[in-house]
Formats: sequence, structure tokens, C-alpha cells
Amino acid sequence: MPQLDDRTEHHSELAEGVSANVPTTDEVQIKTPAKICGMGHRKKRKEDPRFLQGKGNYVDDVKLPGMLYMDIVRSPYAHAKINSIDASAALEMDGVVAVITGEDLKAAGDLHWMPTLMSDTQMVLPIDKVVYYAQEVCAVIATSRYVAADAIEQVYVDYEPLDAVVDPFEAMQDKVIVRDDKEKKTNHIWHWEAGDKAATDAIFKDAATVVKEKLYIPRIHVSSIETCGMVANYNKAREHMQIYMTSQAPHAHRTVFALVSGLPEHKIQIISPDIGGGFGGKVPVYPGYVICAVASLVTGKPVKWIEDRSENLQADSFARDYHIEAEMAADKDGKITGLRVKTLSDCGAADAAANPSKFPAGLYSICTGSYDMKSAHIEVDGVYTTKPPGGVAYRCSFRVTEAVHMIERMTDIMAHEIGEDPADFRLKNFIRPDQFPYKSPTGWEYDSGNYEAALNKAMDMLDYRALRKEQAEKRARGELMGIGISSFTEVVGAGPSKDYDILGIKMFDSAEIRIHPTGKAMARFGTKSQGQGHETTYAQIVAEELGLPADDIEVEEGDTDTAPYGLGTYASRSTPTAGAAAVMAARKIKAKAKKIAAHLLEVGEDDLEWNIDRFQVKGSPDQAKTIQDIAFAAYTNHPQGMEAGLEAVDYYDPPNLTFPFGSYICVVDIDKGTGEVKVRRFVAVDDCGHIINPLIVEGQIHGGLTMGLAPALYEEIVYDENGQNLSGTFADYLLPTAVESPKWELGKTITPSPHHPIGAKGVGESPTVGAPPAIANAVVDALWHLGVRHVDIPITPEKVWKLLRANGVTD
Amino acid sequence: MSDHEITLTINGESVTRSVEARTLLVHFIREDLSLTGTHIGCDTTSCGACTVLVNGKPVKSCTMFAVQAEGAEVETIESLAAAGKLHPLQEGFWEKHGLQCGYCTPGMIMSAKGFLAQNPNPTEDEIRHGISGNLCRCTGYNKIVEAIQYAAEKLQAAEGGE
Repeated sequence: MPQLDDRTEHHSELAEGVSANVPTTDEVQIKTPAKICGMGHRKKRKEDPRFLQGKGNYVDDVKLPGMLYMDIVRSPYAHAKINSIDASAALEMDGVVAVITGEDLKAAGDLHWMPTLMSDTQMVLPIDKVVYYAQEVCAVIATSRYVAADAIEQVYVDYEPLDAVVDPFEAMQDKVIVRDDKEKKTNHIWHWEAGDKAATDAIFKDAATVVKEKLYIPRIHVSSIETCGMVANYNKAREHMQIYMTSQAPHAHRTVFALVSGLPEHKIQIISPDIGGGFGGKVPVYPGYVICAVASLVTGKPVKWIEDRSENLQADSFARDYHIEAEMAADKDGKITGLRVKTLSDCGAADAAANPSKFPAGLYSICTGSYDMKSAHIEVDGVYTTKPPGGVAYRCSFRVTEAVHMIERMTDIMAHEIGEDPADFRLKNFIRPDQFPYKSPTGWEYDSGNYEAALNKAMDMLDYRALRKEQAEKRARGELMGIGISSFTEVVGAGPSKDYDILGIKMFDSAEIRIHPTGKAMARFGTKSQGQGHETTYAQIVAEELGLPADDIEVEEGDTDTAPYGLGTYASRSTPTAGAAAVMAARKIKAKAKKIAAHLLEVGEDDLEWNIDRFQVKGSPDQAKTIQDIAFAAYTNHPQGMEAGLEAVDYYDPPNLTFPFGSYICVVDIDKGTGEVKVRRFVAVDDCGHIINPLIVEGQIHGGLTMGLAPALYEEIVYDENGQNLSGTFADYLLPTAVESPKWELGKTITPSPHHPIGAKGVGESPTVGAPPAIANAVVDALWHLGVRHVDIPITPEKVWKLLRANGVTD
Repeated sequence: MSDHEITLTINGESVTRSVEARTLLVHFIREDLSLTGTHIGCDTTSCGACTVLVNGKPVKSCTMFAVQAEGAEVETIESLAAAGKLHPLQEGFWEKHGLQCGYCTPGMIMSAKGFLAQNPNPTEDEIRHGISGNLCRCTGYNKIVEAIQYAAEKLQAAEGGE
């Protein structure tokens, strides 16, 4: 395994259990008894009792003495010159304390602009013009949220509307320039390529079959049920800024705040308390956060800002918006030989995507997917439009969903085109298990996989061949039934420091474990759970390694004053990075524990062996010291010359990304009268390597599948030609309810990651990535005989009904 | 804006407070009474995170004024484990992993409580429709449905045993 060479020296020593030999199983491995509850146990979550009793602590629950409230005046135009802002009437209102404009921020040290995570710039508050609908124009600070809401109505802004540019292809013509603050008067932001153009072109020249399709992956919105918010509390006497913030990456945000504001970093504390869902939407720094912090600096009082849902749906947390043109080549035997892709990325008015710095199109070049092919070439161009900045993840590892949707749709189109069953076509074209570690034509090194095992299992679970027979019979009767497959490969766990950073900060993550004298422990992490259950899974990892009961380990994240520095939770990176750091920190502790045990038992270290929760003398297991005995001794009876205490910290730099995968099969029935797509069955076989807590993994998969169903059938942020958002409330932007969500049928295979210390890969996003093409493929499969080759998501009844009508199926 | 004195029962306790006429019940509960278990997730009565029981019926408290609750019995999530023991619904959500981020959970549980009071022995389909006014972004709902089934069985058994 060449990746292992990239480990730091101490990590190589600690990385026991890492190997290239990764056979696939389907049994969850359990090594500890229930009272310890290490890996593999279906442990009920430790964090749940407080949530179940209404005792969670979310940002809007924070109430500080003398706290003021902020509300934001937003632009009614997508593109307009600002002639003047008159806040005098607002300032005269009882309870209004201040109004903050772009001019005020400029005077405070050029805070009216801020850097984005992609090293672009974004307005915090405008001075000359606005560039998207619902853009922050100025903010009112008042003594209550009602007064603040009243006061924003009393701010008079004189706008001079300019032409909007909503379509990215039109934006490429540069007739309307979105960012005239830039030296180069163009909307084109960047061009990015991966793969080998000449080799790919040559393959297409010789191909027996080429299929081509245009796909649009529309703009969608993460819509965590908690919106974004902040309480900023500047203490003038201490020159200290305490911030409660809906943040998936509190440490990175602290550094950004320090760099932007000039406040020293040790005088900034960011607390990310309980977070009501993130899904990528709480990774970027939005203007509201900066204004709120400035408001506290200016007033010297705590200031709370909580977005309304309509603000949230109109101004931030947008994902996708990729216009894709893809071509796939195959030889005469139906083997995929090449892939050629051109993509236009509609970034909105700033490139504020949450990608690692070197990857403007994220990890999109994973788009050769699960298939072995000779060559591929990918081009992506980023372009500004007069829409809010997009590019957050929507429960996805940096553009992997766009990549997977494209390759899985193209694979299906090719299979149908050459008349092969889509399952057989996939089985023929998969990267074989013996090809791992697999070097992809776009430069990835897949760590491990067994794609045929996952697909075969999914096919067995719903008797695929019988369903094909049923489909043929139904088609003969004129009924519309479709079967769709998605055999996706994910790429998560960013990432190795040589390639992955955000604003220069390397994408390691961290864990710190302290064991107290009585054998109880505190474990702190640089990540931040938003519902993933870290308090339980991290405790189980530490329990597995050290034999401490998981219930004896308090897990804490989100307070930058106490947690070790880390890059946060998104892109399914927590288990691959901080989870690995927990293992490494535990193994450092174990190394010291062994010395203490040898001292207590008066034997040499080499005479000892580890057994679940104790060191015992080889051949004499009754001579043993438990981890609790050792912890007590670490503070009361440690060897002379050894430091007291039993704790360790680890900053884990992963040697490679991890590559979870799976095969999903969806069965749909289409109502010929209404065009409605009904998901009859959905089987999901996921492989995320070794499983830490099966209950939590199932929960992650269920939730991810519903968030995959959502953009496939329901969700899209729509703009009119003037750039007005037509999907700005939950009455217009439809999240699936319990009625729409199918009964998910789960299966699993387990192919461990060879480079992760416990063989885990991460799972939170696989289903969101894998599900949409399974559903889209099922719909097209039901309609292919009518001449339908592709339907863009969301596949609404209206779209299907129009297709049925155009093909004479319904009238 | 006129102020009004209102008296209502909240989680079994009588409270009297002066409120602005326009104060929403959810803000009254969260801010005046500091019961922050009831959450706000939207401004269009769509998400149900703010669901409480008013005289036993589930109500989205972001769409009711506090003054409209004059004389009413209001129950919030904080009342459920008042005796120190989790309610069967709380138990069910814990056992079946019916929650992740926990933000929609109080509203979901209060909605389910009101629903089960009306339909103590529901089918799966009835449960799905019964909670269709409550959005959850994390769980995919399957495990919430199982949690409510668990609670229904447990409540039925307790009823039968009395």
C-alpha cells in the first residue's frame, strides 16, 4: 500500500490492524462485551435524553443579560444600484439601538467585504450595488426581535434596478457583468480539468458506441430544520469575543474571524452548541454572522441573530447548480472505454463553495465511478450569475453527488442503448475486487471495494430477475413500471494534507482523551456533530481501544476554548479523520498504560498482553491490571521518572481518502393519468467498511436516502428571469414528509478501508449521493420504450405527464 | 401595541403574564416562560417544530397568538418526563433511534401524543399521515414511525393493565 508511506512515523507504529488484505464480509464485528460497548454494538445514543426532554441547547436557546436582536434589510432586486439608504425613521423608533450599513463596516476597517472559503470575495454589506435577490443590505439592532422586525420596514433604500443574469450560459457572454468590483470584466471565474484529453479523444474516435446526454443538476437547498444563527457577546473590559454560532467548523471559523476582524485569535471563543442539522449549510461564513459580530463590537452588548426560514431559503445554504454535457464510449463488447464531460458550474454572485482550496469543482473527477475504463477527461468552468452564492454540499462530499448522478445516468443510458440489462452491464464493467488499490483515469487511488458483491446482494434482496419479468408483463398490458440501479462510489474523509486544505489550513482532524483517576474519561474532538451521534460513536471507538465502558466517556465538541483544533464535520470526514485520531490518541494512552501495568505487576513490558480492558501477564491471565487500575495508578502510584496522568492528543492526517460504495435498486410505478412517480420498493446495500454502531449507521442511511429522494422528485430552487426566488418558503420548496418517504430496505457488505486504523470509511452522505440516480434511472427505465432517454431531476408529475402526453400515452 | 394580561395553564402550572397582543404563542413559551424545548423551524406553519398541545390538541404555536391561549391548558415537551421517567413516546424515540439532531423531535413527539390520543391503535399509514405536518430532515421518518408504534403498543398495554 503506497499510501502508508505517507504516514507520520508515530502513526505507522500506532496503525496496527491496517492492511491491504480486505476481504468482504457481511457480519458486523464485535469484540467487546455489552458492558464496555465498543465497536459493533447497537448502542442507544448517549445524547438522546436531553433532546427527548426538550433540554437541548441550540443557538436560539442562548439568552444573555442585556441581549439585543438583529434583523436584516434584504434586497428586493437580484441586481441593482444602491443610490441611498435612509435609516432615520428606523433610528427614531423606540427600542432601536443601531443601524449598520456597508459604509459603517467599511469605516470599521474594510469589513464590508470578506473572503470566501474558495479565496474569492463576497460582500458582507453593499455600498454600491446588490448582486442577488434577498442580499443583506443593512441591519437593524433593537431591544427585541419584534422591534427589530418592525424597524427593517422603516429603512428606505433607493435602488436603481439593473439587468439580472440568471442563466449561466448567458452569463458566459458577459453582456451583464455581475462583479464589476473585479479588475477583469468577465463573469467567467475559473476553468478546471482532470484526466487526459488526447487519450480520451482518441478513445472516442475508435469507439463502437458513443452516447451523449445533457443533464442539469438543479440548485437545491439543505433546509436543516434549524436555520442559521448567532449570539455574539463582545466583552469590552476583557477585549474578548464570545460567539455562539451554528457552525459545522468552529475552529476554522475562529481563524477566519480572527483574520477578517483583526481581533487576536486567543480573544475569540466560538461555541457551536447543539446544532439542528447542518448538511453543509453551516460550513460557510455568511454575511449575517459577520454583521452580528460587528454589532456586538459596536454596541458592547450581546447581539442575537436568527434567520427566518424564508431568509434561509432565499439567501444562503444553496447546493448543486451544475449544467453537464457528458459522453460515454464503449467498445463492440459493451465495455466502457471512456468518458468525456464538460460542465458549467453556476456559482451565483461569489465563488463561496465549501470545497478544499485546490479543488474548485470539488471531488467531481470521481465521476468515472465504479467502472474500469481506459481514459476520461473532465472540464468544468465556474461562472458568476446574479443569484446568491451556492456550492454548499447538501449532504455530499464536495460535488460527488453531481459526479455520481452523471456516471450512473450515463451507464444506464449506455446499457439501454446497446440493449443490455443495466445490472448485467454494470457487473461486466465494474472495477474487479483484485484491482484494488485502483488507480482511476482521473488520478484517484480507490482504497478498497467489492462492487459486484454489493450489487449481487441488492439484486437478491428484491429478486431482480423476477421484477424484470413482471415489468415485461406489465409493459405488454400498457402499465408503466421501472427498475433503476445506482452502483455508486463515494470519496470522503478529506483529507491528506499534501492535497487538502481550506484557506491554507490542512484538513487533518483531532482528538484529545483524558482519563481521570477513577477511570472515567473526557474525549474532545475538532469535529462537530449536527445529529450524527458523535457523542456515542466516538465513545464506542475509545471503548474499543481502551476497554473503558462507552458510558464512562464524556464526548465534547464545538467549544474552541477546550477542543483541540480541527476542521469540523462535513464531507463524511468525522470518522475517517477525527475517528482515526481517537484511535491514535487511545493507542498513545495504551502505550503509557502498558508501562504503568508493567510497573504495577513488576514484570517487563514484553511479558504483557492486552485483553479487551486490561494488560495481563502472558500465560497468566489472572495477573492483570484493568484500565481503571492503571488510570488510578497514573495519578497515585506511577513509576518514578514517568510523568503523572493518562492523556493524549492526536492530530490525524489521513494517508488517503476513503471510498465507501453501494448498490441501490429502486422500483417505481408511474401513474399514466397524473404522471406521478410512486417508489414501490427501494433496496439499499451500503458498504462503509467496519461499522461502529449499526443503529446509527442505519439511521444515517435512512436519513440520507430521504435526502436523496428529495432532489430526485421534489426539491428545486427556482428563479424567474429577474432573479427572484420562487421557492422561498416551505410552502413552495417541498421537503418530503413521512407520507412521501418510502420504507427503506437496507442491506450491507463490509469491505474495510485498508488505511484507516479501524477500517471505517464514513457513511452519512453515501445514500444522498447514491439514491437520486437510482430513482431517475427507474423512471427512464419505465419510459425508455417510448423513446425517453433522460429526465432531469426533480422528476415532477408535470414533467412526466408532459412526456406521456408527447408520446401519446395519455391525453 | 396593546398589552394584555393572560392566564393559562402550562404543563399543569397556572401562569399569569402581560403580553403584547401580537406575541406569538411560541415566543411566549420560549422567551417569557423560558421553555426552550419548543422550537421554531419556519414561518409558514409548515414544519411543525413548534407543535404543542392546546387543550389536548396539537397546535403549531408559531401560528397562534399567546392571547388566544387565555384559559387554555398548554402542554410542551418539558411536561412529558415530569415525574422523572421518560414517557413511552420518549422511550420509543430513544429505543428506535427516532431522532438525530433533535431539533424537530419535541414537536414531533407532541404531535404524536395528540395523534395517539385520538387514534390509540393506528396503522403505519395512519401514523405517516398523522405526522405529515411535521418535517424531519435527518431521520427519513421510518424510525420515527417505529418509535410511535412502540409507544402506541406500550400505552395500549398500560391502558389494558389498569
